[in-house]
Amino acid sequence: MLETIWFVLWGVLWTVYFVLDGFDLGLGTLMPFLAKTDDERRIIFNAQGPFWDGNEVWLLTAGGATFAAFPRTYATMFSALYTPLMLLLFALILRGIAIEFRSKEDATWWRTTWDTCMIVGSFLPALLLGVAFANIFQGLPLDADGIMHGNLLTLLNPYGLLGGLLFVLLFLVHGGLWLAIKGDEVMRPRGARAARILWLPLLLVAVVFLIATAFATDLYSNLLRWPLLWVFPILAVLGLLGSRFFMAKQSYWKAWGASAATIAGATAFGVAGLYPRLLPSRLDPAFSLTAFNSASSTLTLKIMLGVALFFVPVVLIYQFWVYRTFAQPLRLEDLERPEAY
Amino acid sequence: MDVLHLSRLQFAVSTYFHFLFVPLTLGLSILVAVMETIYVRRGDEEYKRMTKFWGKLFLINFAIGVVTGITLEFQFGTNWSRYSAFVGDIFGSLLAIEATATFFLESTFIAVWVFGWERLSKRAHLTAIWLVAIASNMSAFWIIVANAWMQSPVGYVIRNGRAELTDFMAVITQRFAILEFLHTVGGAYILAGFFVLGISSWHLLRRQNVSFFSKSFRVAAAFTLIFSIFELLQGHMNAEILGTKQPAKLAAMESQWETQNGASINLIQWPDAANERNSIQTLSIPKMLSLLAHYNPDAEVKGLKAYPRDQRPPVLVSFLSFRIMVGLVFVFIALSGWAWLKHSAPEKQSFLLRLLVWTIPLPYLACELGWTLAEVGRQPWIVYRIMRTSDAVSPIATSQVAISVAAFIVVYTLLGVVDFYLLFKYARRGPADMPAPAGGR
Ligand code: HDD
Ligand code: HEM
Ligand code: HEM
Repeated sequence: MLETIWFVLWGVLWTVYFVLDGFDLGLGTLMPFLAKTDDERRIIFNAQGPFWDGNEVWLLTAGGATFAAFPRTYATMFSALYTPLMLLLFALILRGIAIEFRSKEDATWWRTTWDTCMIVGSFLPALLLGVAFANIFQGLPLDADGIMHGNLLTLLNPYGLLGGLLFVLLFLVHGGLWLAIKGDEVMRPRGARAARILWLPLLLVAVVFLIATAFATDLYSNLLRWPLLWVFPILAVLGLLGSRFFMAKQSYWKAWGASAATIAGATAFGVAGLYPRLLPSRLDPAFSLTAFNSASSTLTLKIMLGVALFFVPVVLIYQFWVYRTFAQPLRLEDLERPEAY
Repeated sequence: MDVLHLSRLQFAVSTYFHFLFVPLTLGLSILVAVMETIYVRRGDEEYKRMTKFWGKLFLINFAIGVVTGITLEFQFGTNWSRYSAFVGDIFGSLLAIEATATFFLESTFIAVWVFGWERLSKRAHLTAIWLVAIASNMSAFWIIVANAWMQSPVGYVIRNGRAELTDFMAVITQRFAILEFLHTVGGAYILAGFFVLGISSWHLLRRQNVSFFSKSFRVAAAFTLIFSIFELLQGHMNAEILGTKQPAKLAAMESQWETQNGASINLIQWPDAANERNSIQTLSIPKMLSLLAHYNPDAEVKGLKAYPRDQRPPVLVSFLSFRIMVGLVFVFIALSGWAWLKHSAPEKQSFLLRLLVWTIPLPYLACELGWTLAEVGRQPWIVYRIMRTSDAVSPIATSQVAISVAAFIVVYTLLGVVDFYLLFKYARRGPADMPAPAGGR
């Protein structure tokens, strides 16, 4: 029972991470397409200004929770995915530093360099997370000792790449919508336009992904066993349709919320389909790491549950407050402030 | 090199680098919070400008602390997967608590502080910086509890082929952890204090913004002196507890080869590990080591020869890092004491000011040496007496690790250069002009 609760929490942490940092990653990736001048780029940076670091901590927490609750999964997952994970971490380093340092010098070469870091540091994580999760959905070539038989290229199979593409598009639309909320008057329409244009490709890729999932993975078998779980894919689809609907009505907060529901629904669908496996093995189902065979001791799970049940809601409350406090759209004058990125 | 040695190198590079930035975060957050408190209490605008100036330096430093921490969080899984599977039940939960309880708090409220100058009331804004200061110091607590458990494992049983938690309170309240925590934050406060003293001195020497920087100097002087004295007294307790918890480390850092009753301390000595003796050894203080380690001049102190060769930590490194760290503490007490005596008019003391500028790097050195002693002195164990480092490494391809080590070295070197360049630039520019970065559409 405790194991199952932790499995759910594990899914929740990843979900919150994708919903929150997803728009940052999308924004950074959109930058070269939407922003031409220095001020326009700075609007993109400042649109995630007060939020990105708090969002990123959800990733650390998801990682930390894996370590605490499912140590064998943590050990196997991150050593098996060594190279992609390192790429992800370096990309996130570049992104964080780009945000902090870009506007601290005026020279063009300085700013261009950090802009490039920002773009790469946003696009790469989106892609890699998608590729990694799609590969987890279809199972990794893990042997009985949790050693992976393969390399980076093994992960770049068609289904994996499809997952990468899906994540990138999800985050791009999410980021575009955020810009439609938080940008200045020049950038808001551009963000909205980008989200509208990218919505159709997203829909197509999502449909293809859902179909391919039936062939490449067994995620649907849990849904057939527990029909209630269909709420997740349905939520994702409704969210997707809803985001387009609200885009048309130009209610971008609602569209963003719907896009958040899409991301949440999609992640939850994947996680629910995995249950009770955290890391399925493609070589032999018996080698899979599950919530049961990789869990920590009961005592640790109990203590950590207490910690999570107390802190996660508290964090959500104060982060919600921060979003509310800093929700108003940017103005060009805001870039004059000393603290602006 | 094999995966083991590459992974050790990578771990060392990334933690040393992380810890170049962490102590300033721990200490300067408090000093900035103190400055803002004075501003809110007295309404003196100069303290507001101080808060902003030192806050700016704080942020430049903080940025690198944050991004280099990310890799550490995952490195236990990537490079030390056998270790992670073995200790995750205890160690993993401490890292997870650190993230949920403290990283969120500090990363969220630092943004509130940075962007909230005009949007929040004075008191709410002040609360934000205090939350950041408290959260970063709490994060140090949790990570150090984790480290202390590797140094001195308690509250566990070996079951199901791994270490399982039996007593959580024993883990988080063990004396070893508390001492290690106090010592680390003490070092961090010294570092931040000398940072503020040093930069203030640089400006005072040039007679720039004299009132602004003598106030900064005053805020830092007493703080630095208090923690320098604290570190001497407290560091002694750190060494003493090694006598019971990690006698091999104690022997290595004192380069004590023979097991002796009434062991002495030699002010001048040089270890010769190949021949299991000291090649130089004079100016002894009889019975001092026994007295310091066990509060009894005749107590027995274990020597290195009591351990098989493959259970001894590297002697020279442990010995030197300890000697230099301890030597530096006297420099810190002397300089901060002097600074404190002259704090009412520091701008007149040009010799002291010049010394203080050059002191800035020394606490950095002391902190990194402290970790060297703690970590190298623990070898060959990753979890003291329970798991060897060589059994902890991940079963992964050497080439992968070779590439990532190279990437760490290159990327971190560049980041370090850029960060110190910016720190210098903004430190020298001073408070007078801090205009928004220019840009044009
Ligand atoms: C929570 C755990 C933890 C913490 C807080 C630290 N370390 Fe550590 N350190 C380890 C956990 C660890 C480790 C994972 O356990 C390593 C890897 C190999 C080993 O034996 O211990 C290690 C090794 C290790 C080594 C290599 C020692 C050797 O192989 O001979 C160095 C030089 C450092 N560390 C330095 C540091 C520094 C500068 C730290 C300051 C931030 C630090 N460590 C904090
Ligand atoms: C090897 C062990 C360590 C790990 C796994 C680790 C992990 C991390 C992580 C993930 C961050 C970034 C948090 C963010 O994104 O906001 C961070 C930053 C930080 N760490 Fe470390 N750290 C380690 C060692 C230490 C030590 C020894 C200390 C203090 C004594 C320390 C104190 C801090 C502080 C003060 C920050 C500043 C920024 C922040 O917390 O956001 N860390 N660390
Ligand atoms: C008389 C002065 C000092 C003594 C006797 C002393 C003693 C020690 C000892 C025995 C350790 C190793 C603890 C272990 O292995 O677990 C240590 C570690 C350390 N020292 Fe010192 N120290 C002194 C001064 C300083 C100063 C001035 C600084 C920094 C400004 C400093 C920073 C550190 C740090 C960061 C560590 C690693 C963390 C830890 O293990 O607590 N020390 N010190």
